[in-house]
Amino acid sequence: MGFIDRHILSLMTFLPLAGAAVILCMPKGKDNIVKTIAAVASFLPIPLAVKLWGAFDQTVAGVNVANQFQFVEHYSWIPSINVEYFMGADGVSMPMLILTAIVSFLAVIGSWGIKKQIKGYMALFLLLETGMMGVFASLDFFLFYVFWEVMLLPMYFLIGIWGGPRREYAAIKFFLYTLLGSVLMLIVMLALYFNSINPETGGHTFNMLHYMQQSTHNAWLKGFDVRILLFLGLFIGFAIKVPLFPFHTWLPDAHVEAPTAISVILAGILLKMGTYGLMRISFPIFPDVTVWFALPMAVLGTINIVYGALCAMAQSDLKKMVAYSSVSHMGFCLLGMAALTPAGMVGASFQMFSHGMITSMLFFLVGVVYDRAHHRDIDGFGGLGAVVPVYTFFVTVAFFASLGLPGFSGFIAESMVFIGAFTAFRTIVIIAALGIVIVAAFHLWALQRVFLGPLNPKYAQLEEINAREIFCLTPLALMTLFFGVYPMPVLNLMNTSLIRLVDVVKTVM
Amino acid sequence: MHLGNFASLTLFLPEMAVTATILLLILVHVAGKNRQSAAPALLSLAGVGAALLLVALQPASPGRSLFEGMVALDGFAIFFKALTALATIVVIFMSMESRELAGRSQTEYYIFLLSVLLGMFLLAASTDIVMLYLSLELVSIPSYLLAGYLKGKESSTEAAMKYVVYGATASGVMIYGFSFLYGLTGTTHMAEIGRVLAAGKAPLPVYLAAVMVTVGFGFKIAAVPFHMWSPDVYEGAPTPITAFLSVGPKAAGFAVLVRFFYTVFASPDAVAGMWKLHPSIDWTLLFGVLSAVTMSVGNLIAINQKNVKRLLAYSSIAHAGYMLMGFVLLTPVGLKAILFYLVVYLFMNLGAFYVVILVANGTGGEDIANYSGLGIRSPFAAVSLAVFLFALTGIPPFSGFIGKVYLFAEVINRGVYWLAVIAALNSVVSLYYYARIVKVMFLEDPQETTELPVQAFPRAVISLLAIPTLLLGIYWEPVARVAANSVRLLAF
Repeated sequence: MGFIDRHILSLMTFLPLAGAAVILCMPKGKDNIVKTIAAVASFLPIPLAVKLWGAFDQTVAGVNVANQFQFVEHYSWIPSINVEYFMGADGVSMPMLILTAIVSFLAVIGSWGIKKQIKGYMALFLLLETGMMGVFASLDFFLFYVFWEVMLLPMYFLIGIWGGPRREYAAIKFFLYTLLGSVLMLIVMLALYFNSINPETGGHTFNMLHYMQQSTHNAWLKGFDVRILLFLGLFIGFAIKVPLFPFHTWLPDAHVEAPTAISVILAGILLKMGTYGLMRISFPIFPDVTVWFALPMAVLGTINIVYGALCAMAQSDLKKMVAYSSVSHMGFCLLGMAALTPAGMVGASFQMFSHGMITSMLFFLVGVVYDRAHHRDIDGFGGLGAVVPVYTFFVTVAFFASLGLPGFSGFIAESMVFIGAFTAFRTIVIIAALGIVIVAAFHLWALQRVFLGPLNPKYAQLEEINAREIFCLTPLALMTLFFGVYPMPVLNLMNTSLIRLVDVVKTVM
Repeated sequence: MHLGNFASLTLFLPEMAVTATILLLILVHVAGKNRQSAAPALLSLAGVGAALLLVALQPASPGRSLFEGMVALDGFAIFFKALTALATIVVIFMSMESRELAGRSQTEYYIFLLSVLLGMFLLAASTDIVMLYLSLELVSIPSYLLAGYLKGKESSTEAAMKYVVYGATASGVMIYGFSFLYGLTGTTHMAEIGRVLAAGKAPLPVYLAAVMVTVGFGFKIAAVPFHMWSPDVYEGAPTPITAFLSVGPKAAGFAVLVRFFYTVFASPDAVAGMWKLHPSIDWTLLFGVLSAVTMSVGNLIAINQKNVKRLLAYSSIAHAGYMLMGFVLLTPVGLKAILFYLVVYLFMNLGAFYVVILVANGTGGEDIANYSGLGIRSPFAAVSLAVFLFALTGIPPFSGFIGKVYLFAEVINRGVYWLAVIAALNSVVSLYYYARIVKVMFLEDPQETTELPVQAFPRAVISLLAIPTLLLGIYWEPVARVAANSVRLLAF
């Protein structure tokens, strides 16, 4: 095996960081070179992701079995407290790694128009990408935590410096909320560390996979009350990220104020970290509590679906509407996971992947119209369909994908969630299905107000979507459509692992 | 093994180097005409540098007791000597840069500064309560003078006055406590006191004495409720002295707190590190509450501050609270966490103050408003300050995070979860006010955009503080080892 094969996950993680370092060394005023370096540094993970996909063995599960992980890199980092540099991929993380590579590159292209301090912007953006990749690749809790937190700083600055009018408020709100979640996670991490034993060495360990072997837990950690508290500590940390009602209030602010490309990253990838964390860490480490907490999770997910959709309907700001639609869509992930059935789990994971693409499109599209009209008031437009037909076409595709029209990936994901969850929570699923109607309603209503009806004369000369923007949108639109018709490539990627995950949780029932 | 006076001298070289430098400075002061020359600063640098080198050469083991049991030479003392000498060197660099001090007599300033250093050397090593008291005063009295060094500036004079009054009261209470201990045990040697107390039943006055002694140490580390002096002193004193007080004497205060309680009140084997006086009073709870209150008060009051020096004063109170977490269980692992935290705290806190000095030199003020647009006016200073502030918050990948992990780890390991949760919430609160400075520097539209260049020398010093702050967040194994090895205290 060559160097690239042995370190493929590290390369995907740290190539963007290397790009950031190069950018920081550039002299002032070389904006185009800086942008090119950023594009290259964020593009390189894509061929690596393709290679990863090609080489991935879909028949082994991973999840809680160390030797079933692929592309593993395992080194000692801080031997005195057993912190390890432990990376690996399985079916839970593969879709997320691929999604991160694609969306990050498109977001860099989408940032091409940034004028203000481009050097700092691109360097921070690449640092952010390193953090995201690292989260999805790490199997050591300490490492996971470091990457998780490394994302906060660049995100704070990216929203705070390059954002909209209320950017300072939005940035610090995002930062405080997420830090609150992560310090709880830190305490749980240390509690796990001190109350479990690495069976190989007899010492304490940060290795997540060891925590998943219930036999490594000591008597204190076997107590159900303790486990509930620890589970809830982690759950709040992840729920803030998802974000789940009632921890969602940072999201509309952050999404609305962030610059377009950063909203794309926020909605497309960052939100998935919450649900990913539940799948990767909470569920397999605390299967018993997961079963105990399944119903509340399903209820919270359903609240997200319905409440998010209702909020979206009430918005007059197009970006805020899209932001709330994310709240609603992430609710499906939680509902599917809480069902603890293979179909529900796969549906949730596929929803993460699919929503990552669809919402990225939506935020790109909102950015396009905002760049030209300098406002996002849904009622301030009207009849744009006649002026900008190509743009209208893309918005229509994205909206239909988002409202779950058959033929798009969102439909597959949501129907799998419903199928998976129906056996477990009948009433809740019926309520959640009502959410779908509202989701469809606000999408269509917005579409009608912006693109149909009499033309608002102010926008008779509105500029059509340009080639660079089309370049950002086309791959996402094509993938949404392709995986909506033929989802098997992605489903195969995660099936084995997610079935194992359900088994791991179910065996304690 | 108690070494006699003459035999001890060869193991007392760092202290003698500092003393010799002080004496030389006095000669320079008498002979010199030019009160503004850089000679005293350079001489002090050479002296402290030599002392640091001599400290590094001292053998950590076996632990030895010098001057008939007055001071110890053990890993713990060596660690603190190195730490305080390093802090002093950085503070000398700061003082050379500071505009506040330009035009004032230089030699006296450095004489006081080095006297404090000598006091800190002895304080960290004292094994006898009389010696301990003397070295504490040797730290305190020149500190009063330094706080009031900006003669004619009202806030500086006020700072010195407040400091004297509070300091005298605290040390009075402390020595009253010492008199109890002497009366009960008939000895001034700390290990001996510990043995006597361990042998017999500890009577009530021992608890009283312990509380009174805590007042004295609490004053030095600025723990709530003995912190009242620190915001005013920190705000009024020359900024290099503020930086110095927040790191050097605070570290020495921790050293003496740990050594005193560890030798007198911990069980002799000290492996389990339990409180020997455990049965009557829940010491862990007592110091846990002290720690929680200290960090919460420091952080909550810091939120409202407009002056950056004052803000950092409250933040340093909060950090004393965090560090006390390592003390509550009196275990070697917890003490190691304190030592580790002090190392990273030295770099990040001194770094933050160094940038404050540069900004004050450039803008003439220390208010948060003065930092407006610093990200454009001086990207280097602004980025470094952001690094220091986020490290103080405790966010990866900066060293402050690792320091906090160690402090959290021991309380969580021993099941004191409530303290860990309070500390975690405090970190979130602290982010709010640290980020306010960052916000003004980067996020808000600048009020002024003229460039504020940073010269090569301060740039180098800041880099020397910022690089460890970052590196120790990524790879900290060596420092963790040093800290673990330095928890070897002399217990006889």
